Amino acid sequence: MPASVMHAMPEKVAEPARAAKLRVRNLNFYYGSFHALKGVSLEIPENRVTAFIGPSGCGKSTLLRTFNRMFELYPEQRAEGEVLLGDENVLTSKQDVSLIRAKIGMVFQKPTPFPMSIYDNIAFGVRLFENLSRARMDERVEWALTKAALWKEAKDKLHQSGHSLSGGQQQRLCIARGVAVRPEILLLDEPCSALDPISTAKIEELITELKVDYTVVIVTHNMQQAARVSDYTAYMYLGELIEFGETNQIFLKPGKQETEDYITGRFG
Amino acid sequence: MNPVSAMNPIYRRRKRMNSLMMGVSTGALAFGLFWLIWIVVVLLWEGASALRPSLFAQMTPPPGGDGGLANAIYGSVLMAGAGTLIGTPVGILAGTYLAEFGGRGWLAPATRFINDVLLSAPSIVIGLFVYAIYVAQAKHFSGWAGAVALAIIVVPVVVRTTDDMLKLVPNSLREAAAALGAPSWKVVTMISYRAARAGIVTGVLLAIARITGETAPLLFTALNNQFWSSDMNRPMANLPVVIFQFAMSPYEDWQRLAWGGATLITLFVLGLNIAARALFRK
Repeated sequence: MPASVMHAMPEKVAEPARAAKLRVRNLNFYYGSFHALKGVSLEIPENRVTAFIGPSGCGKSTLLRTFNRMFELYPEQRAEGEVLLGDENVLTSKQDVSLIRAKIGMVFQKPTPFPMSIYDNIAFGVRLFENLSRARMDERVEWALTKAALWKEAKDKLHQSGHSLSGGQQQRLCIARGVAVRPEILLLDEPCSALDPISTAKIEELITELKVDYTVVIVTHNMQQAARVSDYTAYMYLGELIEFGETNQIFLKPGKQETEDYITGRFG
Repeated sequence: MNPVSAMNPIYRRRKRMNSLMMGVSTGALAFGLFWLIWIVVVLLWEGASALRPSLFAQMTPPPGGDGGLANAIYGSVLMAGAGTLIGTPVGILAGTYLAEFGGRGWLAPATRFINDVLLSAPSIVIGLFVYAIYVAQAKHFSGWAGAVALAIIVVPVVVRTTDDMLKLVPNSLREAAAALGAPSWKVVTMISYRAARAGIVTGVLLAIARITGETAPLLFTALNNQFWSSDMNRPMANLPVVIFQFAMSPYEDWQRLAWGGATLITLFVLGLNIAARALFRK
């Protein structure tokens, strides 16, 4: 293992195994006729951070996007198998997909502030499901911005456009927006890849705090990041789940040669 | 010899070609501007004397009499207004369908193609069409028929700009809204429309600019009226037809009024275009 990765590893005390929040069973995914996920099965532990790593095109973002049925926006994409939230299969649920998405929040690679004020960016999602008084909404907005470590920077410009924030602040706004609707799970799709190191550090710190209340799943290209923030890591390659386990174990004593090659940079 | 030098023949050939093409495109620009400026100068030269308060206060006169264009201006405003009010919602809704809900079916591409045909349809055809289905049935010319003809011109312009502007809204924004649990109608109205608002409004302004100068459709539908009329069920005066009629006449005072009307329309369209640009840049 290269020194840089070793250095990035925090001293972690092994945490007791947690109940599974999401259970994925024999999941297959297709983009048209392209078979993008091949029989993936894993269990995402509750109140922990799970990282998906692997080279570009390995299917880690695809896997993430099945959890909230995001792929359904595109008619040529389809998933087969089970993604169980509680006892319900998210993929075949008769429940309105909006309700599922409200329970499973998502933050994307590029910051996507809506074309409205910072306040309304957060209130937008809340208003979809809750009818709050002005005062309660103010509280909720403050709470969400505080959770996302943005309150101090944004409290004096709540009614300015979300675009007036810097890239890192915009991404934290998107996290605040996701947190504000109080989901059970938060999916982060390479949330730091468009950000500078300082903003990245802030968001990583945030992720660690968020797992107290939420189950967090993060897709990342950055292995140090996976090592720093996650408790569990899944290594994927060409649509298959190669190895899944506690982050310490995956990074220090990977069970498979392929995982070790990727982590140590001897890949390919 | 070092190839990177001012004497290099490849480099010199490229330089020559560059100045040649620069000259040709500057010439083309000058050619276009020449006619445009000529038109505007003649228009202002001839029209300036007609731009008097009486132009806005008095009715179209009989030959030799004193008068203005008040009834024509009023009729144009009424019909262009009604045409815009009818055409804009239809255009925006259809454009929204194309960009947001069209998906992979055959309906959206077919509609888009037909809309493009309509966009370039000669306005005289639209005038004749409304004449056949409305004026000939009602057996009289009317302001409403004019408004309908203008609405048919507005629709494809607004459909096209709405479709184009909504397609410029990044999908990531729609995904982000959907990921919060927003149903698709809410994603469209709260997110896509907001993001594309300036572009859609610009399209409506350009459509208004387009119909204010249309003569042919009104000739077959609203015809003309010598008097002040607010009754959209009767023939209605309007600037383009009055300009057409007065400019072709042998009477000098009518011709001057025609110049005045043409100047008025040009200044209005210019104003709309400037407004559209300012809005879009924001």
